[in-house]
This record gives sequence, C-alpha cells and structure tokens, in this order.
Amino acid sequence: MENSIYLDEARDPLIIAEGWMKDGKDVAIATVVETWGSAPRPVGSHLVIDADGNFHGSVSGGCVEGAVVSEAIDVIDSGKARMLEFGVADETAWQVGLSCGGRIKVYVERLG
Amino acid sequence: MDPYALKTLNAERRARRAAILVTDLGDGRDRIVREGDQVAGDLGTAIAKAFRTGNSGSVEAEGRTFFLNAHLPQPRLVVIGAVHISQALAPMAKIAGYPVEIIDPRTAFATPDRFPDVALHAEWPEDVLKRQPLDSYTALAAVTHDPKVDDFALKAALDANCFYVGALGSRKTHAKRVERLLAMGASAEQIARIHAPIGLDIGAASPGEIAVAVLAQAIHAFRSRGLDAKGAAA
Repeated sequence: MENSIYLDEARDPLIIAEGWMKDGKDVAIATVVETWGSAPRPVGSHLVIDADGNFHGSVSGGCVEGAVVSEAIDVIDSGKARMLEFGVADETAWQVGLSCGGRIKVYVERLG
Repeated sequence: MDPYALKTLNAERRARRAAILVTDLGDGRDRIVREGDQVAGDLGTAIAKAFRTGNSGSVEAEGRTFFLNAHLPQPRLVVIGAVHISQALAPMAKIAGYPVEIIDPRTAFATPDRFPDVALHAEWPEDVLKRQPLDSYTALAAVTHDPKVDDFALKAALDANCFYVGALGSRKTHAKRVERLLAMGASAEQIARIHAPIGLDIGAASPGEIAVAVLAQAIHAFRSRGLDAKGAAA
C-alpha cells in the first residue's frame, strides 16, 4: 500500500525474499536500475523470484515480468548476475517490449 | 545480493530508519549504508544526496559504477490537536504524500464526524506516543494552544529528532512555552528547532491558509534535511 507508514510485509518483495531465503529457497532479486521516457515503475523497484518461478513485486506494469522471471531462473542456476534491457528500441520489442514506449534496465542477481 | 545485506536492510526498513543498498554493478558486491555513516569521495556525495532526496540511481565513482537503492521510511505528520486547522491540514498533507495522525484527548474535538478518513486518537499524546513512538521521519505540529496537551508531545518530538517540529502560538505564548520546556529538561539547542510561530510566513489568516503554511514548512524541513549541518561545516 502506498503511503502506509509501516511496511506492508505481505506484499513487500524484499521481506518476501528474506522469508524465502529462511525457508531454504533459492532466490533471485531483480531491480530497476535505469529508466528512460515513460516507465511504469520507478528506479529501485524490485521483482523477487524463486527457483520455481514464483514471483512478487514488479519492474514494469506487467509487460516484461515474464521475461525477467525466466532470466532470473538462469541467474539462480549460474549465480552470475545479468543486466537486462527492455524497450521499444530493443530487438525484443515485439516479444516483450514496453507498450508505454519507455525503456528500462533491470539488474538480476542471485541472493547469496 | 548478500543475504546479510538483505537482512540488515529489512531490519532497518522495519524500524523506520533510512538505509541505502550500494551495489557495485561490475562485480555485484553490495553493502548497506545507514544515515550518518561516513563515506568518502564522490560516492559519499552521491549517497548523501540519495538520503536527502530518496531517489535511487547509478553513480560513477572510483572508476566503477555503483547502484544506490535508497530506502527511506514513509514520512508522516502527527498533529496534536483536532482543531479547525487540522481539518484542513489532514487532507492536504495526505495528498502531498504525508499520511496524518491526529491526537487530541478532548473527545468533543476528536470526533470521526469532524475527521473522516484520518487516523484519529481521542487520547492523551502520552498514551498514543508510547504505543507509536515518534521518529526522525515524522513531523509534529502542535496546534491545541493548550500546554497540558502540547508540551509533552513537543518534548517527545525534540527527543525523537522529528524532522519538523512546529507549535502554534504567538511569540509571547512561545516564550512561556520555552520556559516550560527548559524546565522539562529540553536543551536550548533542541528548543531552537521548534518552528514558532508555526508555518511559513505567507500572511496566512484562515485555518486553511495556516494549514498550507504549516504543510509547506514541514515539506521544506523534509527536503532540506542534512543541508544545515553541511553548511555549518563548510
């Protein structure tokens, strides 16, 4: 919930990631690190993903989450972080581009 | 991300304290910086700015690229006094992004009818603040005019280092208040942080206008956090 003075723990991606970690799950954290033009989620937003493809949070308005989740599963396997870019100018635009016309850069890393 | 960094970050966020996760995008190493931690160089300058603005972003420093993810607690406003000014202040502050809580033990004033859609406590500040302590991401405006209600909350706000402390009343009223706060153990330096008479000097006359002046002053205090100290050091 926006404007809540305390964390909304049930929906907070970083709290959920910590909980998954405590449950012994492998987790990846995706973070919006740059945006150009109209982007639905601000820099710093998180999507957290477990090895089964469960996820919480968002890095866009639902436009590219699917692609980020599948990349995140590779990152969990390899342990190597990746920088992803999405946008209308990207060659992937026809698959998972941002319909809003913006561009975003998403950093995906494994937790631990 | 380092699991320990995530745990530390979440603990800070739960406690309503500001923290920045600094990630080296080259090698993926990260660490938590808390407000007040000393970090040298260009990175330190960027970190200080991120604490002030709450904006996350990348920064080039020491030949590397760092991503700063700024986690600031939601700033909020606690108003002591369910008065006419507060009726205007509550919705305005909410729209500006500062959720409001109103505390006033006078049950004739603190009625849901007068304050729809606001967190309202018809209790003494002593009791409410024991349950929900003030902190440095809270602004406090004391507007009852009544020392019995205002004084305890003002002292608590100074001790909790609230980013804004304002008190309604003329200079004469405030002079008496200063004496009482000194007697309660507040230091002169602490008391100097109180904005009194309350609100930016825009010639506000009506309750709604005074609410604008108070809100603007609180926003200014929030957005200039840390700048005074830097100016003094330079």
